Amino acid sequence: MESRTIFDKIWDKHVVQTVPNGPDVLYIDRHFIHEVTSPQAFAGLKQRGASVFRPGNTLATADHNVPTIDQHLTIHEELSRVQVEKLKSNCQENGIQLYGLNNPYNGIVHVIGPELGITQPGMTIVCGDSHTSTHGALGNIAFGIGTSEVEMVLASQCLMQSKPKRMRINVEGELRKGVTSKDIILYIISKISTGGGTGYFVEYAGSAIRSLSMEARMTICNMSIEMGARGGLIAPDEVTFEYIKGREFAPSGEMWEKKVEYWRTLPSDPDALFDKELHFDASDIDPMITYGTNPGMGTGVTGRIPTAEEVDAASRKSFMKSLQYMGFSPGEEMSGKKVDYVFVGSCTNGRIEDLRSFASFVKGKKKADDVTVWIVPGSKQVERQAEEEGLRQILENAGFEMRQPGCSACLAMNEDKIPEGMYAVSTSNRNFEGRQGPGARTMLASPLTAAATALNGRITDPRTFL
Amino acid sequence: MPIEKFTTLVSTCVPLPIENVDTDQIIPARFLKATTREGFGENLFRDWRYDKTGMAKKDFVLNNDRYGGQILVTGKNFGSGSSREHAAWAIKDYGFRVVVSSFFADIFKNNSLNNGLLPVQVSEDFLSGLLEMIEADPSLQVQVDLENQKISVLPDGPEEDFDINPYKKNCLLQGYDDIDYLLSIKDKITWWENSKSRV
Ligand code: SF4
Repeated sequence: MESRTIFDKIWDKHVVQTVPNGPDVLYIDRHFIHEVTSPQAFAGLKQRGASVFRPGNTLATADHNVPTIDQHLTIHEELSRVQVEKLKSNCQENGIQLYGLNNPYNGIVHVIGPELGITQPGMTIVCGDSHTSTHGALGNIAFGIGTSEVEMVLASQCLMQSKPKRMRINVEGELRKGVTSKDIILYIISKISTGGGTGYFVEYAGSAIRSLSMEARMTICNMSIEMGARGGLIAPDEVTFEYIKGREFAPSGEMWEKKVEYWRTLPSDPDALFDKELHFDASDIDPMITYGTNPGMGTGVTGRIPTAEEVDAASRKSFMKSLQYMGFSPGEEMSGKKVDYVFVGSCTNGRIEDLRSFASFVKGKKKADDVTVWIVPGSKQVERQAEEEGLRQILENAGFEMRQPGCSACLAMNEDKIPEGMYAVSTSNRNFEGRQGPGARTMLASPLTAAATALNGRITDPRTFL
Repeated sequence: MPIEKFTTLVSTCVPLPIENVDTDQIIPARFLKATTREGFGENLFRDWRYDKTGMAKKDFVLNNDRYGGQILVTGKNFGSGSSREHAAWAIKDYGFRVVVSSFFADIFKNNSLNNGLLPVQVSEDFLSGLLEMIEADPSLQVQVDLENQKISVLPDGPEEDFDINPYKKNCLLQGYDDIDYLLSIKDKITWWENSKSRV
């Protein structure tokens, strides 16, 4: 049999049929939904007089729009409340499991899937949310879809999709001290730009990727969309199996053995061909920070913003527009810039490992007076675990407080907005204009860089504390 | 539910020569709270179009009387970022039928096609030429012919062929949508589910 990539193996296994000259009908194993991108899909389905085809394969959570304080009370903001209630009634009417607000399994959709053992290798997974690529860290095909596609999956458990091209990104070597998986992905995007992966599905490989923990791998796959890729995945290995084993919905007993046996067949064959391959050296990577209004505009935290001359002539206008929004000048250094807010959370860096690394960094120290810090766990389980492990106490002693789970200031759909003109260092994934609130200025970084910055109130290289 | 058919369109254009326009700019998250598909056009490019008191910003192209029409012509890498279909809904709801760029983000492209909004990908050269021509003459008429996959500046200006997936092209020409198709093969899907020894 010809050599295949892990992507081909999983894709081919899920093709129900191929439309001549057209897309494949791809079967979807797991479908996640949330309150913002699903209501129109349910409405569309109803209008057609169709019903949900396989309600058991869809799972719902409320995350994008929920408040992060007083979750036990009714949601103040009316439109948000209506969306969350709509999700509830749609799930009830259609027999879909909902982990709504205050449910012990509630949380950001891309945090709860892996953490509950629902996300597994070899699957096809979709959600009306571009960061669905996060799940790919466990060795599956996971990607974001639009609302019409949500409706397709509800109606038929299938999607019409053309097979993307395959790219492999190899990161070899050892990471330097203070450099995390967030820095790897910000570095890659800064090199290949936000359109560098468009049309491709990416496999991340190489010794630096292999050495990462499961959660660190999720951070990388999460931001695949920020280079324009359809999704990103990492071949499953012992780290993957170890992570899944024993989780709430993970297979057990004989089934577990059978699954693992199958999962071991998934990695790309040694001579499998990719449409494109890129190579990076892990030791070249510094802790990263973004200076502009897309995730590709990043530099080492000790680096500087490019000068206008260093930017492609065609892109110069957009570059200058972006710096104007940020209130920065070409050629400026990033380190030492004043920061008003620090946001630790999101499906990129709101998992328990992220809170652990942030807490261990600030332990015994005090936060800077003039910086406001929001620490928002990615899920109820993360919140509970942080409590049990004493992380909350450490954070409080250092002057921080933890809020309740949700997407929060990652997209500022709830009340958690960075005020106009203010500077925020954020562990989330997007620094677009207004992403964290109208006029908010976002700089993306790792939890370690966020911690160092929270302690100094200024952009700080975490290595100065190590 | 049929989507609006697309065959040939002749229209003036609205130029937006900015690169990497992301879906948060097209429709900011705080306007995603509706539970229907209609009305998003009102908040299209909200924060570029209005200041915080809700006053129209004079320097933004949608507030410029010189320009109008059903074709939005924009810089490279349009529609990156979030998967929100609200972005395609907003552009369509505002009155555009075509977006021209030299590069589109994948999900945005799919979302547009699923809503009868045609993304036309052209070369960098064609794009910069077209933008210049529109700025010089806002009454410039451009024709987008889906059947022949051709975009041309009328009456005898530059023209270029564009690519589109043949299946998607047919859907748009016929006003046919994927869900109709998937619903029609439900038996096949059930058969597939049962026949696979799915580990
Ligand atoms: S945390 Fe941010 S990126 Fe992740 S799902 Fe929520 S809004 Fe999207």
